[in-house]
Amino acid sequence: MGKVQTTITAKAHVYGDHIDTDRIIPGKYTKTLDLSTLANHVLEDLDPNFNKEVQQGDILVAGINFGCGSSREQAPLALKQAGVSVVIARDFARIFFRNAINIGLPVLEIADHNIKKGAKLEIDLKSGSVKDLTANISYTATKLPDIMISILNEGGLVNYLKKNGNYSL
Amino acid sequence: MGQTISEKIISKHVGYKVHAGELVISNVDGAMASDTTGPLTIKAFREMGGKKVFDPNKCALIIDHAAPSPNERIANLHKMMRDFAKEQGMRLFEIGEGICHQVMVENQYVKPGDIFIGADSHTPTYGALNAFACGVGSTDLAATMMTGKIWLKVPQTIKITCNGKLQEGVTAKDLILFLVGKVTVSGATYQAIEFCGEAFEGLSLASRMTIANMSSEMGAKTGIVHPKGLELDYDFSVVTPDEDATYIKTFEFDVSGLEPQVSAPESPDNVHNISNYEGTKINYAFIGTCCNGRLEDLDIAAQILKGKKIHPDVRMVIAPASQSVLLDAMSNGTMKTLIEAGASLITSGCGPCVGTHQGVPADGEVVISAANRNFRGRMGNPNSNIYLGAPSTVAASALEGQISNPKKYLV
Repeated sequence: MGKVQTTITAKAHVYGDHIDTDRIIPGKYTKTLDLSTLANHVLEDLDPNFNKEVQQGDILVAGINFGCGSSREQAPLALKQAGVSVVIARDFARIFFRNAINIGLPVLEIADHNIKKGAKLEIDLKSGSVKDLTANISYTATKLPDIMISILNEGGLVNYLKKNGNYSL
Repeated sequence: MGQTISEKIISKHVGYKVHAGELVISNVDGAMASDTTGPLTIKAFREMGGKKVFDPNKCALIIDHAAPSPNERIANLHKMMRDFAKEQGMRLFEIGEGICHQVMVENQYVKPGDIFIGADSHTPTYGALNAFACGVGSTDLAATMMTGKIWLKVPQTIKITCNGKLQEGVTAKDLILFLVGKVTVSGATYQAIEFCGEAFEGLSLASRMTIANMSSEMGAKTGIVHPKGLELDYDFSVVTPDEDATYIKTFEFDVSGLEPQVSAPESPDNVHNISNYEGTKINYAFIGTCCNGRLEDLDIAAQILKGKKIHPDVRMVIAPASQSVLLDAMSNGTMKTLIEAGASLITSGCGPCVGTHQGVPADGEVVISAANRNFRGRMGNPNSNIYLGAPSTVAASALEGQISNPKKYLV
């Protein structure tokens, strides 16, 4: 899968429903091009310990409507910069969903997951399969539209357009 | 097979008949970014090989989210935007000219039947104009500025019909809060909304903008108000849905008995009749934003506050949605009335709604705000609580020092 790592085995950090972008990265920190600032404050109003506990490659897991609220791309950027390799949710708010793919952060929609905090997950991005090794349950994520797969395969929309010059279906 | 408004607008732009679920690449009629999203847009535009924006007359940058700049870091981001706009020959709306959505409508960057892409989640506001308008993030917007295009999945549409006329003293904000409460913050995710029925037909453009604006609080891709009754000061043609259009879901309400509504912390869909919260002590009252900073919003507040003083334990902040709104509110005496009542006027822009500056609440404080979001930390302090209401409710509450029903001042 080109510039995105296709198989990932890592720990899950699990949160609930309707995690809005103000909670992912408060508005007061968004006006910057310094990604380390974003990573330092990621999720701080939801879980002040997240930033200390997250390890490079870890997986963020949430319930429904993850990333609702503002259009700030700083939200997926903050997660990616903090080390998050994939976000799994029951479903996503639409702008966050597009933004994550556009910056090359894979997102997987699994409507019926029951992943618990600390679970070890094995993910194959190509097939969308997610194995919860702790609970011994397997899931399959909703397939992305083809154009999103193409964008993700290039590592994001910047590289996609650098290569193709324009969109194609 | 009949089409919804969104399906018709997208069909017109791609040149063939489309229906919900199809993926399309469409031309767009306009694109804009603010100072929250603009700097990352410029960075992505350059990195993806962008040289010239697709049409400098159809692209704009607006400095509204942290205007004037509160620190050197943001000052440098603003400079980056000014330099880019100059290089591209596109318009940059300066500090104080107004909130992105207000200035896009006032300056006719968006018109009925258009497809408009904005790097701000409240871009669906232009659904008030019968346009298909979507919010995106910075990289998507950079791609649109470079190519003049966007990829879209043609959305399914939810039809919301509101029958009956709103009572006197009940406003478009009360109506849309009520609807957000019913549909919920994720009830329209990935979908379009069509607002139709008698309750919308008599609404001003400003009120229609308040309605369409909060489509994003239901997760919608866009929210379009049926154009029946729409009045603009230029000639325009509108797009209406076919009678046999297909809707994924329909809601129908009789809103003739609707009371003023309040959204309680900490989600916009936590909506109740105002009577549930009357008497809640407040510290801070705010009127402004892309949702409710227009002339009619300031006028109704002035009507309530005329000749009176706000409660001594309350501070009140007013941010007109644009310089044009401010000038009108100065000409008709509204601004004088509000300031004499004890309100503080700040620069036209997003102001305290985005928690960057110009009025961050203290720990434990309670805010009544005419904005559209009350997520924890939204106004810059996670230890404060935000209630949302109509500008009339904000004014009545500022007067009494507690959440108060404005009807007694208006009927």
